[in-house]
Amino acid sequence: MRPEPGGCCCRRTVRANGCVANGEVRNGYVRSTAAAAAAAAGQIHHVTQNGGLYKRPFNEAFEETPMLVAVLTYVGYGVLTLFGYLRDFLRYWRIEKCHHATEREEQKDFVSLYQDFENFYTRNLYMRIRDNWNRPICSVPGARVDIMERQSHDYNWSFKYTGNIIKGVINMGSYNYLGFARNTGSCQEAAAKVLEEYGAGVCSTRQEIGNLDKHEELEELVARFLGVEAAMAYGMGFATNSMNIPALVGKGCLILSDELNHASLVLGARLSGATIRIFKHNNMQSLEKLLKDAIVYGQPRTRRPWKKILILVEGIYSMEGSIVRLPEVIALKKKYKAYLYLDEAHSIGALGPTGRGVVEYFGLDPEDVDVMMGTFTKSFGASGGYIGGKKELIDYLRTHSHSAVYATSLSPPVVEQIITSMKCIMGQDGTSLGKECVQQLAENTRYFRRRLKEMGFIIYGNEDSPVVPLMLYMPAKIGAFGREMLKRNIGVVVVGFPATPIIESRARFCLSAAHTKEILDTALKEIDEVGDLLQLKYSRHRLVPLLDRPFDETTYEETED
Amino acid sequence: MATATEQWVLVEMVQALYEAPAYHLILEGILILWIIRLLFSKTYKLQERSDLTVKPPSHKIVVNGKECINFASFNFLGLLDNPRVKAAALASLKKYGVGTCGPRGFYGTFDVHLDLEDRLAKFMKTEEAIIYSYGFATIASAIPAYSKRGDIVFVDRAACFAIQKGLQASRSDIKLFKHNDMADLERLLKEQEIEDQKNPRKARVTRRFIVVEGLYMNTGTICPLPELVKLKYKYKARIFLEESLSFGVLGEHGRGVTEHYGINIDDIDLISANMENALASIGGFCCGRSFVIDHQRLSGQGYCFSASLPPLLAAAAIEALNIMEENPGIFAVLKEKCGQIHKALQGISGLKVVGESLSPAFHLQLEESTGSREQDVRLLQEIVDQCMNRSIALTQARYLEKEEKCLPPPSIRVVVTVEQTEEELERAASTIKEVAQAVLL
Repeated sequence: MRPEPGGCCCRRTVRANGCVANGEVRNGYVRSTAAAAAAAAGQIHHVTQNGGLYKRPFNEAFEETPMLVAVLTYVGYGVLTLFGYLRDFLRYWRIEKCHHATEREEQKDFVSLYQDFENFYTRNLYMRIRDNWNRPICSVPGARVDIMERQSHDYNWSFKYTGNIIKGVINMGSYNYLGFARNTGSCQEAAAKVLEEYGAGVCSTRQEIGNLDKHEELEELVARFLGVEAAMAYGMGFATNSMNIPALVGKGCLILSDELNHASLVLGARLSGATIRIFKHNNMQSLEKLLKDAIVYGQPRTRRPWKKILILVEGIYSMEGSIVRLPEVIALKKKYKAYLYLDEAHSIGALGPTGRGVVEYFGLDPEDVDVMMGTFTKSFGASGGYIGGKKELIDYLRTHSHSAVYATSLSPPVVEQIITSMKCIMGQDGTSLGKECVQQLAENTRYFRRRLKEMGFIIYGNEDSPVVPLMLYMPAKIGAFGREMLKRNIGVVVVGFPATPIIESRARFCLSAAHTKEILDTALKEIDEVGDLLQLKYSRHRLVPLLDRPFDETTYEETED
Repeated sequence: MATATEQWVLVEMVQALYEAPAYHLILEGILILWIIRLLFSKTYKLQERSDLTVKPPSHKIVVNGKECINFASFNFLGLLDNPRVKAAALASLKKYGVGTCGPRGFYGTFDVHLDLEDRLAKFMKTEEAIIYSYGFATIASAIPAYSKRGDIVFVDRAACFAIQKGLQASRSDIKLFKHNDMADLERLLKEQEIEDQKNPRKARVTRRFIVVEGLYMNTGTICPLPELVKLKYKYKARIFLEESLSFGVLGEHGRGVTEHYGINIDDIDLISANMENALASIGGFCCGRSFVIDHQRLSGQGYCFSASLPPLLAAAAIEALNIMEENPGIFAVLKEKCGQIHKALQGISGLKVVGESLSPAFHLQLEESTGSREQDVRLLQEIVDQCMNRSIALTQARYLEKEEKCLPPPSIRVVVTVEQTEEELERAASTIKEVAQAVLL
């Protein structure tokens, strides 16, 4: 069966196992012959192909939580909660010393600023393992980083700096996908020159007098990089979402947002005043049902058609490591005439043969995505965000975006860093450094994920995503993993509730092109050791694809502010 | 080949055309022309492009190819091209590179950030300070961290857009009071008190906040802080003070409106400011007691879910603070210059000065509006363009007309900095006078 480029989902095709696709976007799985050998080794690869929309295998898996582990995790949280109540009781009756700050004497009769229950989790669970987060560093956040040592004598309520610096810690936590976080080299020199000439700040907004020639240069370059007509750059990635989605949609519009979207997308959607409905994570049947319902039933009470339907998805979801099913989303969008907003915060520069992001990774046309948004923080070693799209869209945003009118424009040395690093990735600076970095990242990703899976850990996400979540599940292991790895000179990021579901806490590794094979091997050795020590190797090699779960009713949330 | 019947129908139609009354034909003609016009007209009008600055926005600035003196950027203390600030930022760039590659929780906390937070807390004489990487996001993240659905916020009508967005994100009940009108605020507070007495159980869990700005960006006036503090203790509401314009401007040492009035800083629950005006860097900070500020480290959205401030900008801010602490005389100089230009701009025919004499950023509004906002905007733009031709760079104050709750009238924004000499101030005043006379009369 020959794959057609950008195949229409409405065409009837006969698939390898003889089933006929009846014109709807449907996902099944095909056990391809190549994976049969792997199946013999006890692993099952699920390759989803839908009428030729995918040109390469899409290997994404989320292994199910083992039953015993789930039960023990709940027990663990139960014990912690009981102890939490006990400690609160002791603190209330002053048997135990109260460390945290309290309200002023003069304001004791005001309504209390925080509800006691809101902070229960913070006081009793987060405080115990607080030393795993906010670790201060004092060097470039490259492949190796220097961490300032902290000590606490009162169980993490307060920290003192010993003055020691833990040098050369392997950095598996910073978002440095292409290794541009450097303090030497052409990017840094260019930024230094611009800093000398322009200064650090701008002191005005884009619409008033803060529109510098550097900004226009940057926007032209970004548009060329992405392959779109025009682009606009903003000072903060979070603010790009929260200030532009309200400019694009308003009341009477519908937003279909993925379950696991980032806080900035959720905030932007809420601020816009549109109706929000949520579809299950990366689940195309769920999305299609919502689209059908939206078109058939229209707005809730008046049954009028929606003014606009906007689908909000991300390129790579940073907590799951999954990649959006972009060919299917675009097929759906074309079929139902909706608009697509793609947030490529983690995928720009990290996916695709030349680092152009998830659109290039799937071999699609950038013009199919209506609004391409991304940030410069992760792959370009700078800060800020951008939106790219058609010229009319960008012209509209230049006058109607909240950021252009009320917020300061990008700082000039940061702009120069973005320009230099982007030119390097595009190969325009005359070296092949950019291409090498992109290839190195892809190799590192495949190698690291393969080795971890072989060791027996449960790893979520797509095989090609440089974000690697390793499941920990139990609350005590969150703290233990972070601390043990730091003892072995490796800095990792551990995440628990509320960023993840309560029993699915994880450690998240962010790979970088700056990681050499030796660094990865050292890290893998230590992870192996710690995995044995903490009994983290839960995997039973039964990979269940996300789509095999029976699809029941979707959850949608209508917000009427 | 037209058959006989078809030919007959055609003849009938032509006959009907001749017999139709004139008004009918004219009406049909107008309708057809209207439809053609609607088909070809654009559904939206795009504003013209903004000005392009070629060289850095310092004291002398090149706008659209013309070299002018800068009266439009918020560079109050002239620190934008200060060599010490640039040197400190350069040193930081050489040590850390540009970006931080992570949020504060995940290896994005640098020692520079901790240093800056420490220095800001010490400068403002509070317990703790917290830094954000974007000025707009500071107050827009701080308000929803404390005020939730069901809480009540009393806010001034002239509050800036960032505060409005913060209030919208918080989903609380918003009660607007007239600009700087303490009697109106007291009336609203009294009404709320009566409501509370009807339902004491609900009142015990409803938090109350008063959100004001030190120097208002939209009107250039100062808030009456002593009366606000009295109202705070009388009606048990917490005060959030937004000091973007007054930080580094008011007060003997530049500590803002609390120092200006001599109020104990612990009486204000939260002070928020952005570092993009007087400190000539990027970002913002909140300071106050640890009890209040520490909460934002886990619930401030712009803090937890966003990458931290690039270290070179933090280093620039620290050096700017050093300069502010070393010569506190610049605040008096700035105040004097503000007073001077304020006086010089009084009495321009057609334009009135909106703002107090100690506000370095004030507005020039039309004395009498022409009736339509678009016409006003065009007139003011004409004045701005002509001033630029005579090498005085000004700008109109920009707003999102459909999104603002209480849209201020169109105005020209004039910003005073310490770098402007007295001759330049005089020249600016006389240029504006001439141009206003030429355009408006």
